[in-house]
Amino acid sequence: MRKVIHKWFWAWEAEKEEKWLNEMCAKGLGLASVGLGRYEFEDCTPGAYQYRLEFLEHSPTHPESVQYIHFVEDTGAEQIGSITRWVYFRKKTEDGPFDLFSDNASRIKHLSRIIALLLALNIFNLYIGCYNIFLAITWNSPANYFGIINLVIGALLFYGIFKLHRQRKALKKEQQIFE
Amino acid sequence: MPNPALTEAVYYILLSLIKPRHGYGIIQNVEALSGGRVRLAAGTLYGAINTLLEKNWIRALPGEKDSRKKEYIITDDGRQALSDELARLRELLDNGNRIMEENGL
Repeated sequence: MRKVIHKWFWAWEAEKEEKWLNEMCAKGLGLASVGLGRYEFEDCTPGAYQYRLEFLEHSPTHPESVQYIHFVEDTGAEQIGSITRWVYFRKKTEDGPFDLFSDNASRIKHLSRIIALLLALNIFNLYIGCYNIFLAITWNSPANYFGIINLVIGALLFYGIFKLHRQRKALKKEQQIFE
Repeated sequence: MPNPALTEAVYYILLSLIKPRHGYGIIQNVEALSGGRVRLAAGTLYGAINTLLEKNWIRALPGEKDSRKKEYIITDDGRQALSDELARLRELLDNGNRIMEENGL
């Protein structure tokens, strides 16, 4: 039986999202396909799969991404789907533990990739927001006050960047002692 | 100047590629070599392979065009890095053993 659940995770909540998907699978609902804020589950033996998410360097259809996804699949995992540059993998639990990263250097690199995108979006939003508000004031055009929305988005992104930055800092500190 | 210390992943990847292997073959070999202790994750391995290719420490073997499972093998530069690393590890081990022994630990 298929079951659709609508749920939203921010880009900085990938760990939480993974945990949720693995908990759903532990209850017998395995993720079968993904959309934007939309998760389609099908019945599975409880705990049959382990799920992992990754934010790719390029779009999932980019040749380099295709090559990478094949590489991961060759290690016994399968791709469930993708949204923007996020790709969803799962592997049968009976085939052993499933991780995409096994050292801090690659975990840090992955976090940096997400942070870089959020930073770019943030700068863009702050720029558009400030520009619109500047227009609203100098030209007395109230419509441009919608620029406040950009500033709110900017603030939210800033919060996300801060959260990821803290995660990355903790990993970097650990890296001074361990690989 | 000698190369800085290799990561555990790179060290074991280079050791594995003394014989030609593809990605999953490396993972299995490293797991067996380390008695199950080191499990290379696919993302980490992929990144390491690309870096090693760039450094010319390993190279991809020409395979069948349709085969997506590329095989890799160590190069002379890679072999040099591996023997430098072995010398470094020997130094670590010798110093550790000697100092522990001297202090009856």
